[in-house]
Parts: sequence; structure tokens; C-alpha cells
Amino acid sequence: MSGRSVATDADNAETHDVTVTVNGTPYRRKVEARLLLSDFLRHDLTLAGTHVGCEHGACGACTVIFDGAAVRSCLMFAAQADGHAVMTVEGLAPDREHLHPLQEAMRECHGLQCGYCTPGILMTMKAFLDETPQPDEAQIREALSGNLCRCTGYQHIIEAMALAAERLRK
Amino acid sequence: MKPAPFRYVAARSLEQALQLKAEHGEEARFLAGGQSLVPTMNFRLTQPALLIDINPLTACAGVKKSGAQSMRIGALTRYRSLERDALTARDLPLLHEALPHIAHPQIRNRGTVGGNLAHADPASEMPAIVLALAGRLRAQSVRGERWIAAAEFFTGALSTALAPDEMLTEVELPAAAPRSGACFIEVARRRGDFAIIGVASTVELDGDGRCRQARIGLCNAGDGPVFAKAASASLAGGKIGAAEIAQAAALVQGEIDPGGNVHASKDYQRHVAGVLTARALETANERAQRGH
Amino acid sequence: MATRNFGAPIRRNEDKRLLTGQALFVDDVELPGMVHAAFLRSNVAHAAIRSIDVAAARARDGVVAVYTAADLGAYWAPGPLLVPPPPIAGSIFNQRTQVPLAKDKVRHVGEPLAVVLAQSRYLAEDALADIVVELDPLPAVVDLEAALADDSTRVHEDVRGNLAALVRQTRGNYAAARARADHVIGRRFHYDHGASSPIETRGIVANWDARADQLTVWDTTQAPVFLRNGLAAMLGLSERQVRVIAPFVGGGFGPKIMLFYPEEVVIPWAARKLNRPIKWIEDRLEHFFATTQERGQTHDAEIALTHDGRILGIKDTFLHDTGAYNPYGLTVPINSQCTLLGPYVVPSYDSTFTAVFTNKPIVTPYRGAGRQHGVFVMERLLDIAARELKLDRAEIRRRNFIPPDAFPYNNEIIYQDFAPLSYDSGNYGPVLDKALDMIGYERFLAEEQPRLRAQGRHVGIGIACYVEGTGIGPYEGAKVQVQANGKVSLATGIGTQGQGHFTSFAQIVADQLGVEVTDVDVVTGDTDQFYWGAGTFASRGAVVAGNAVNEAAKVVRQKILKLAAEHFECAEEDLEIANGRVSVVGVPGQAVSLGALALKANPMRGAVRPGTEPGLESTQYFGPPGGATASGAHAMIVEIDPQTFTLHVRKYVVVHDCGTVINPLILAGQIHGGVAQGIGNAFYEQLVFDDNGQLLNASLADYLVPTALEVPHIEVGHTVTPSPLNPLGIKGAGEAGAIPVGPLFAQAIEDALGLPQRNIELNEIPLSPNRLFELTTKSR
Repeated sequence: MSGRSVATDADNAETHDVTVTVNGTPYRRKVEARLLLSDFLRHDLTLAGTHVGCEHGACGACTVIFDGAAVRSCLMFAAQADGHAVMTVEGLAPDREHLHPLQEAMRECHGLQCGYCTPGILMTMKAFLDETPQPDEAQIREALSGNLCRCTGYQHIIEAMALAAERLRK
Repeated sequence: MKPAPFRYVAARSLEQALQLKAEHGEEARFLAGGQSLVPTMNFRLTQPALLIDINPLTACAGVKKSGAQSMRIGALTRYRSLERDALTARDLPLLHEALPHIAHPQIRNRGTVGGNLAHADPASEMPAIVLALAGRLRAQSVRGERWIAAAEFFTGALSTALAPDEMLTEVELPAAAPRSGACFIEVARRRGDFAIIGVASTVELDGDGRCRQARIGLCNAGDGPVFAKAASASLAGGKIGAAEIAQAAALVQGEIDPGGNVHASKDYQRHVAGVLTARALETANERAQRGH
Repeated sequence: MATRNFGAPIRRNEDKRLLTGQALFVDDVELPGMVHAAFLRSNVAHAAIRSIDVAAARARDGVVAVYTAADLGAYWAPGPLLVPPPPIAGSIFNQRTQVPLAKDKVRHVGEPLAVVLAQSRYLAEDALADIVVELDPLPAVVDLEAALADDSTRVHEDVRGNLAALVRQTRGNYAAARARADHVIGRRFHYDHGASSPIETRGIVANWDARADQLTVWDTTQAPVFLRNGLAAMLGLSERQVRVIAPFVGGGFGPKIMLFYPEEVVIPWAARKLNRPIKWIEDRLEHFFATTQERGQTHDAEIALTHDGRILGIKDTFLHDTGAYNPYGLTVPINSQCTLLGPYVVPSYDSTFTAVFTNKPIVTPYRGAGRQHGVFVMERLLDIAARELKLDRAEIRRRNFIPPDAFPYNNEIIYQDFAPLSYDSGNYGPVLDKALDMIGYERFLAEEQPRLRAQGRHVGIGIACYVEGTGIGPYEGAKVQVQANGKVSLATGIGTQGQGHFTSFAQIVADQLGVEVTDVDVVTGDTDQFYWGAGTFASRGAVVAGNAVNEAAKVVRQKILKLAAEHFECAEEDLEIANGRVSVVGVPGQAVSLGALALKANPMRGAVRPGTEPGLESTQYFGPPGGATASGAHAMIVEIDPQTFTLHVRKYVVVHDCGTVINPLILAGQIHGGVAQGIGNAFYEQLVFDDNGQLLNASLADYLVPTALEVPHIEVGHTVTPSPLNPLGIKGAGEAGAIPVGPLFAQAIEDALGLPQRNIELNEIPLSPNRLFELTTKSR
């Protein structure tokens, strides 16, 4: 086939430059096009708090906040994050000594058992409560319905979210 | 489950995106929300040679009125922004009601209307809605642009009338008419799963409370979205009472050809299609009587 | 000793790390020079292997090595039998265990054929496509009854009729019971369980350090000690050269205690061969084939009763699908066989099962471990009997409960721990009564249901009772040590997959040693930190390891008191331990910190008296004589749409008796999680295989794990009947929530839709809207 695209060589290069802000810190890396955002966060940036459960967008364990919205990081490529801002579970707590109210509430209500789905749930809930600060139980369950948990049966998570919502409002 | 290698370009303009697609044809895929495409890539069921990332083309997103009676939705409009859009809530009530059924909040944060429609999964809600509303879809390429009627757009399971060099850029849907009501219902195994059957129906009444037009669309009832022509026609011109609704439901059952799947037999799908049609028509009619 | 923490809803020690993304899971392990593995797996269920050509894969850039069965040489061998069959007279057992990489034949979809090691998982998966495999497909053995035919295709060439096992156990004389009975009811039941689907799949990192002559393996296993022992034996190493670490594990539920999975055997071998660390992380697609699961049984069961609903005897003949191999022996079907008896007096019992090889993934225990199947049969038989004898379903159960003064109650048949099935203690009447009270049983039947029915709504109620054998041996151990900084360290051999061991065990220690729970740091699952143990399974962690922890803490407490008494020159009775210090009662100022005492016990100079040990440390073991039998009752009110058959749970109640409770918050979590899995099993999850042994729904999009919208609010109540078999009086609770949910759904849905009045019974699990439609349409 003749006449390669009008795209520059840079576009067809094997690696792509990514400048992405994660938890407020800018990172510059070169990535292969197919590198999933989830793998990039976990292994290139060693922010291993984001977990991988399915790689087809069904379980929600890999949920991060991308430009303010909760998304499945297993369904995005690292290259897409160039110029964007990501928040992961490592960015929730204000510092090493303290926890975010969401994290505190989860601990108080026993909202985690094995903890593997927990980071994804925290990010989903952070984004949700930012937008819906006074949810009722039905709304919480619906917001949670895109995150699978196999350990808790969800009940304590819902209690934690209600408690966190109350505290965040104060 | 890692995808096979591919080349990636973040499109800088619509023109560039169309140019690349023209050059590479079916070896290139557009990357919009990625919520349908990337899972298939991670399973290696799809292995495009080139991914053209059209997310930067923000001009292709947004909802606006088009004339007095139509709404236009940019293909790159994310479902999440539709959920928040006041115009959509008011003038596209059928779509608004369907939105919470489409996957999950995180999927809706990225998933786009255009991507969903171009993917054309017969179980998807949006194609059935566009078909029920008799919308039209705008396809652009380096060769120009054309509008494709919904009835021609969906050509089968996971296939559309888009040419290998075309990109879907906009959807036009009629705004809800006065004295009309709409209702979307689906049965799914869990909220957010693909519908086992979904029914999208609109009812438009005339000044005497008789039905001017009714349209019934279904998802997962065939190898593409289904418009129940006979059932819809059976309601026009008369009042919509229990008998008329029951007849329309029975006609729908005869008109559809559900394929059955791991979660539901064809018989169950057919049965539920009748049940949901009746319920949707009843509600749409009530809403039309009330005036939206 | 003041009990401050035991029994209290103490918040978990481990949570901060998990909540901040600072907890190590296997895929978080990164080692320099690490290579990544991907397995080529069979895409057909049954085939002869003609050839495997890996040349192209080996030549690919970035590929470090590719191995097949041939490359393993003498290392290649079928895995060990993990659980031998219990000594039941007359049993047949044909052991056929899984192999590291398939040689000659593949026996289920997903069986590994080759392993690729490459610079990244992405590249390894690319190389899988380079491997050329020639398979001659064979007919797939899928249907249990067909598989048993003499001339059926054989999963294993030398096992005619695919007979994996045949076991009969009896008690009393069923034939005589039947002859005497006023009423005999017989039915066929199908019970299908599913895939554990933890959110974290399996994974292994193996690092062979040639200079240190040490192998370290991180593994998502529930049994690190057994894994260490087995790997050492297989690799020709001493146990001291092998360290297995089960770090934080994202959910176990049983299949992670299956051992010597092909990948577990191949990856450490390859690490030694290549002298590179190797990581293999199972992806979700693989999980449906490569990790064990539970599946179906078909029971032909009969119950003989008196006219007033008393059980005279039960006869049950069932088929059990064990999959392509049977490394876990008979645990699952024996549990079905034993747990069927439930909390009831069954004077005569005649139970026979045939385990059948099929061309499907291996079946090993998954939360409930076969108990669900047995409980379904018994509870359904009682429901049918209640109806036919015109008895209330709660009343028929009450009439058959083992009375509270009959314990220990010997059922005489052999249980999975090789001992006669003996219930240590129980008081079943109050459990059921409390459940009925919490759900509002009487009021629902008398008022609520008629009222809602009059409105055209279809609501129904279900109740189910069960016992659960927990806390079996052989033993566990624990080491408790007071450190110089006054904190206490605890190590035990079992692993943790979310059960809260870091906290519940710390509570036990904290009470014995007068420290804060947060001052006890717990290590589980590291064979270098604790050498001996069995593992986390069969709801035994709290019972067995918890008691070992208690024994060790008690000994350390004694050492503290002895040393402090010498220090203060007073009697031990005059001392109290609290807040990390030992003080003389009534004498302010006479106090010494535990840390200071620990230093004193380990002098740099002087002598340690003969017969004493340095430090304030003790290692103790606990091995119960038998399992402790927990019990419970579930009750549920559902509403069902009579046209679409979609279902909504209006109310769900669990009353559970697991003896003394260490941490009620953790216990509630276990119950909720179990119920959620039970609801999945009853109404949402099903592994759908076709006639070719292909799994049609191998993804989380189509294998329906319940979400927050499908799991209702669950109210939990307790009664406490302590176990006499261990000093703490505790019984296990990990699986209870999952066990009786199937019959509960069947009963409640029958009630909601008025099915028995239409001559329709629900004698199968799972149910679904589609299945209910089929069952109710067929019978018109």
C-alpha cells in the first residue's frame, strides 16, 4: 500500500510520550501504545494500589478518577492519559498519618475484608459523593453497582458510605 | 488479557481522523469511549492495526436543538453528560429514561453515544431508541458526508451501514412532541447488564386523545434493533385501551426473532417482549394523556 | 485475666494498609530481571495431542524460554493426592491427578499445554499465538449419566465408565424404616454450584537465588506450609531452602487451597532452570478454567416419615461431577453426604454417591464445599413432606431437631476429617425460633401475605436450617513473643484472605497479655516466620489457629508473671497485667513495662537458668479431636414479578450459632459475604457448558456475580452454644452464610408464585427468571 498517512513519524513511532499528573504529581514516560493505563499505574509508576480484576471492564477493581470522573483504567491506554489528571487510591489520604473520611468510615464499619476491590470502591465513591453529597441507600447501592465485591456482601460498605457522606458534609 | 500490538494516533482534527481512516480502512478503528472496543481488544477478539483516538475531538460532543423539533447529539457525547443534560431530560424523555440501564456509572463516564451506536450490539439500548424515534445518523468521510436513516443504519449484529472510511459524527432525534409520552423498560439479569429484552415506546396523541402515532422499538429481539412495524401501526388512529395494548403486545411477539442466549431462551425473550410492550405502552399512554 | 477485647467489635489492624493501597498482593511483587509467564491452554475439552511446535515462539524477540511437558523431563509427574479418601469400607476410589503440562492428551478446556516466559505479559501472550498445536479432538464427556456407561468415551483411558469413586455410607436400617413408614416421598434434585470468582485471581512469583541457595515463592495460596513442603520435595530441596509467602490475598473461598496447580509446579521449576525471577498472574479468562470450581450433583432421594412428620430414614443416591482430575479426593461429595443430615435426627440413612470424571475443569471445595448440595436435598424433602402431611414447615423441622440434651450427637457415618460425624454441641430450636421472630413469620403468613396477595402482588417466605461442620484438625500453631519495645508479635502458619486474622488473633493476645490490640503485630502465611500448619479452609481459622494463639499467649502470660514476681519479689497472685505493664496490686509505683521484662528475659550477660528459655516467647499447637458443629437458620421474604419472573428480596434474616464470638463485626462480615455468594449461587451464577465441554460464559459480563443491587440488607442474629472441644468455645463461621440459600430461594419462590398448588416444584438450583418461565410454562 502506497502513501503512508499524513501522520508524522512521531505518531507511528513505537512509543508515545505521556505526561500525566497522578495524585498531583506530574510524570513523564514513554509508553508502548497498547500499555493499559492500569498496568502503567501499577508497574511503571509503581502505584500498585489500583488493582486488576478482570481486564474487561466488569469488576471495577481498577477504577481511578480521570479528569474528575470515575473510569475503568483497564479500558484505557496509558497513551490516552497524556495531558490529563488521574487520581488513584494513593492520593486519597491527606498525609501518612491521616486517612480520608471515606477510608476512616470504611475502617469503622468493616467495609473491607480482603481489601482487593477496596481501592476501586473508594475511587468510585469519592467521585460519587463529590457529586451527590446526600445520597440515600438506594442511590448508594446504585452507585456501587459497578464494583464487584466477593467478600462483604456490600452491607458494611454501604454503611461506611452513608457515614462518610454525613462526615463530609460537616 | 493484554491486547495485541497496534499503532496509535491521537487525532488532532476531524480531518486527520478521516484521512487516516480512509487510508487504512478496516485495519483502523476509531477509539472513542473504548468501553465496547477495548474489552474485545483485551480478549484479542479484535486486533486493529491502527487505533485512531478521537477523544480529543471535543467539537464532536454536545447536545443542541436543531430547528424547532429536533435534537442533535454529537457522536462523542459521553453518556454521563447526557444524564446531566437538561435538554435531554426534557426533550428526549425516552433516552433519558434508558440511561440508568446502560452499563454502569463508570462505563457511562467514558462511553459515547456514537461509539455505542457504531458498535451496534443488538442488545444495546441506544440503537433501539434511535430506531424507535426514527432518528438519522450523520456519517462523514474524506468523500463528504451523508445522513443515514436509522432503519438503514443498523444492518445486523455488530454491523452498520458505515463504509470503511466513514465515521459517525452526529445523531439527530426528534424532540418529544406535545401530547406525547415515552417509556423505556428492560429486563436484565442485573442492572446494567445487556437487556434480555428492552422496549422503547413512544405514543403521540391527537387533540381527541386518539393515537396519532405509536412507535415500538426493541433491543435484543433480533440480530439488530427491531422496529415493531405491525404492532406500531396497529395502534395508529384509535384509542389506546387495554385491548389495543394487548393486541400490540401479541403482534410484537410475532414480529420479533430473538436469538436466545446463555441467560434466556428465545421463548422467554418472546414472552417478556410481550409483557414489556404492554407495560411500556400503558405507561407511555398515561404520560401522553398527562402531557409528558 | 480481664476480657476486654474478646467479643468486642474491634476495628481491624490491617485496614490502614489496605485502604491506602499499601498492602502487598502477589502482583505487586517486582524483582529485578523478572520475566513474565503466559500459558498456552487447550481450547478443546478432550483431545489427543499429536504435536506441539514451539520453535517460532522461542524465536520471537523478547521471549526468554518456552517449555512443554517434554522439557520438564523427570520433573513431570501427576500431582499428589491432597486428601486421601476417608476409610469407608467398600469404597472405590480411582486417583487421577492433574499434570504440570499436558502430555499425550488434554482433558478439559484450559488445560495448560506450554508456558512462555518473556519480558512482559504482553509479549508472552503474543508468543502464545506462535505456538502450533495439533490436536485430534475426542468426544467430550459432559453428561454424568452418559459418562457412566460402560462404553462411554473415557476421560482416563484406564477408567471404565469414568468412575472416579463410589462410596456408600449407612446408618441404622433404611429398608426397615421404609417398611414402617406412614409416608414416603421420593424426588430427583439437581444442585449446581459455581466458580468462586474472587476479585483477585491466582498468581505466583518464584525467585530462585542461586547464591543464597534459596527459593522464595509468593503465591495466592491458602496453604503456604503445605505448598512449601511439596515444592521442596518436588524440586529436591530441603524445606529450609524454600520460603512460601502468601501475602495479602484478594479472596480465597476454597479454590486457592487447591495445591500443586500446574502453574504452581511449573513456575518455581522454571525459575530455577532460568535463574530468573518469574511472575505468573492468572487473568480472568483463565480463572474460569485454570482455577478449580464446584459444579453439579444429581440426587435421587427418598424420605420415610411417620404421619406426624418424624423422619424414620433417608435414602439418597447421587452423582457428583468431579471434573477431569480428582486431586482433592472425596471432600466435596462426603460433605454433601454428611451435611444432608443437618440438625435433624435421622435414625436410618443409606447414602451412595458416584463421583464421575468429566472433561471439565477440576472440582475442589468452594465455600460450602459440597454442603449446599446435601442441605438442598434435606430441606426440600422436608418442605415437600410438610406440604403433603399438612404441617407447617417450621413445625416439621422442630419435630425432627436433635434435642439439646443429646450432645455430643454421633451420626455414625464418616466425615471429611476421617472421624465419625459427631456434633459437639447444639441447640437448634432457639435458632429457628429467633429467625422466625426476626422475619415475622407468623405475622407474614397471617396478615402481610394475604393483604399483598389481595393487591395482586406475589410475595412468599422461605425458611431453611442447616448445620456446618467446622474447625477440623489436624492442628495449627502460633508463636507469641513480647518484644523489647513492649509490642507483641504473633506468627501463625495459616494464611489470610480477608478474614481479619490480623485483628481477631490480636484480640486474643491482647486480652491475655494486657496490651492494646493495635500493639500486637500479626504475621500469617509466611513459612519462614512459622514452620508448621495446614491452612485456611473448612471454616477452621478462628477455631484451630485461634486456640493455638490462645494457648501460646497463656504460656507467655505465665512467663511474664513468673519473671515479674521474681523481679518484684512478690507472689504472682499479687500482680496484674494491664496497659502493657505489670504492676503490684495496691502498690503504686511498683510497675514494670513488658518491654523491660522482655529485655530482662534475654540478658546480654549473666545466665539463663537451665530448663528455661530466653525471652518472653512461646510456641503452642492446637489440634481438636473433631470438628465443631455450627448451626443456623435463614429466612427470607421475596416478591416476584409473575410475568417476567424477576425477583426482589424484601427481607433477609440469618440467625447463626458459632459458639463464642471473637469479633462480632468480623463475624457479621463473614455472614454477609457468605449470603451474597449463596444468593449468587441460587439465582444468578451458573457455569454454562455445552455438549463439547466449552464454557459459554467465561467472563464476568456473563458469569453473574451479584452486585450491591442484588444483595439485600441482611439482618443477623445470634445464639451462643459454645463448643466443648476447645478452650475458647468457638466454632467456625466462614461458610455458613453460603450454605442454605438454595433451598431458601426454592421455597420462597414456590410460596410467592403458589407453585405447589399448580403441581410445580422447584427441585433444582440455580433458578433464574428464564428457568422459572420454562418450569411454569411446561406444566400448563
